[in-house]
Amino acid sequence: MATTVATPTSAPAVPPARRRRPLGRSVGFYAGMVVLAVVFLAPLVWMLSTSLKTASDATDLPLTWIPENPTTEAYSTILQAGSDTPVLRWFLNSMVAATAHAVLVVATAAPAAYAMARMQFRFKRSILAAIISTLFIPNIIFLTPTFLIVDRLGWIDTLIALIVPGAAGAFGVFFLRQLFLAVPVELEEAAYLDGANRFVVFTRIVLPLSKPALATLAVLSFLSNWNEFLWPVYVIFTRTRETLPPGLATLQGAFTQNYPVVMAGAVIASVPVLILYVLAQRHIIEGVSQTGVKG
Amino acid sequence: MSVQTSSATSRAAAAAPARPVRRGAPWTPYAFLAPYLLLFVVFVAVPAVFGLWISLHNWDYLIDNSPFVGLENYTRLFDRDSLAAGDFWQSMRATGIFTLYSVPPLVAIPLAVAVLLNRSFRGRTFFRAVFFAPYVLGIAVIGVLFGFILDPNIGLLNDYLGRLGIARNIPWTTSVPEAWISLVSVTVWWTLGFNAVIYLAGLQDIPRELYEAASVDGANSWQRFWHITLPGLRRVLVFVITITVLASANMFGQSYLITHGGPGSETRVAIMFIAEEGLGNFRMGSAAAMSYVLMFFLVVLATGMFAMFRRWED
Repeated sequence: MATTVATPTSAPAVPPARRRRPLGRSVGFYAGMVVLAVVFLAPLVWMLSTSLKTASDATDLPLTWIPENPTTEAYSTILQAGSDTPVLRWFLNSMVAATAHAVLVVATAAPAAYAMARMQFRFKRSILAAIISTLFIPNIIFLTPTFLIVDRLGWIDTLIALIVPGAAGAFGVFFLRQLFLAVPVELEEAAYLDGANRFVVFTRIVLPLSKPALATLAVLSFLSNWNEFLWPVYVIFTRTRETLPPGLATLQGAFTQNYPVVMAGAVIASVPVLILYVLAQRHIIEGVSQTGVKG
Repeated sequence: MSVQTSSATSRAAAAAPARPVRRGAPWTPYAFLAPYLLLFVVFVAVPAVFGLWISLHNWDYLIDNSPFVGLENYTRLFDRDSLAAGDFWQSMRATGIFTLYSVPPLVAIPLAVAVLLNRSFRGRTFFRAVFFAPYVLGIAVIGVLFGFILDPNIGLLNDYLGRLGIARNIPWTTSVPEAWISLVSVTVWWTLGFNAVIYLAGLQDIPRELYEAASVDGANSWQRFWHITLPGLRRVLVFVITITVLASANMFGQSYLITHGGPGSETRVAIMFIAEEGLGNFRMGSAAAMSYVLMFFLVVLATGMFAMFRRWED
């Protein structure tokens, strides 16, 4: 926004944003960016730092950023905690649920989205309209009835309740259909001329070409399942079957005076998604911005 | 990257008219659809209708029969003497307050950040990734973390405010309006990157030439923002406002973990109350009716918003 000092002669050749800025403004801009970045990172550093403190250091005023007596006590407390707060077990549950959920979403949404993008059949428009319209229904509407259905299926208090119902969401089909529409149809036509059938074209041509999109959907589904909070709070009753998000609430209630333990739990819940974020940052951000633009 | 996004969009538009040809057996499309449709019917379509049915019954999970009560679950909500009605409307009020306070900053601040990120500079991708990072952490992590940071007695924020001599012991989580300020600020911190990334993709679609022409005509940066950026972002802005209103009206975890609905039940939002009524106390008929009332308000709100947006488009 501060690029006003235009040198009109250079304007046609260089895009405005690349024009050289006066040094002072540039420094000011970077200073602002760094301050903003600190605001975004400081709470996460605080979480890590607290998790490495002793319980009393964590709340002794004035607070310090660097632990005075660095210790992994909080983590060993968590590892040794009995069946009341089995954090490792929650971690495993979360990992299993989120992975299975991501696989299920991709495996069901991809063929459905392909049918919606390329095939002709009766009621196609109505089915598509019905699926997409549910994107606008607030989730709370589904809460009670889905609970009763899951109960009837015998899934209450099991990981299946955390894996399967969420995969019915419209997002995956909506997202992949847009991307399949963008795959050049000529490639598929050529394969049909060679005698391939729908299934072969889908698995040998369309899916390999759509790998980035499938990866994006898998990562986004993993993240949303890993972070899911309200649903597991109410469908899981047994401590050892909880996932990390409701587990953190349990931890918060069990260790009201021991902040390092609660923060250690939060660190354990954050590390896998932060690693995934660092590895798949482009996929995640592109996925979000694409659905944004196309929504 | 968002440049790729936009070219993918135009390619999609170009490919769309190429009508799909029927190939293979007539049942082939249904075979492709079947797995997803099964999930969709059982966990989306049926619940959407089943919910209405539940709301017409005195549906209690803990008792065997659930007698039909007609609209009683709804009319009870408008009965002044009913205790549940009072609590419900209190929670609706909390949701309304949070939506009212949170939507303006959640629409405006990410836009400012997106405009800054839209310039090309060294480290742009890094900063974008940093601003987006909190969003990949779930609300449970954010909730327990800020429950600690905002703690009035031993929290980091009050410690600093005290040391700087600005204020002491501000009740960030135990008093209103401070609790609302906390919940809104945490939500901005958590989801800023999400909205910013959507704006950023929209900004990339605004032709650079428009800015160049405006600069040549002597427009300053504020004028360019007002006359080029904002109109160019109109559709994206409508989208962001819509999803932000919906997300704010569905807020749950922040209240649950940071203020625990308090002080009293001031920040106990509608979702928190309905979930507790239905799945905590197992009064499912009543909870289902409440969720439809909440949806009714959201539909009215959305209709009003779209009417306003249409006027803006003209």
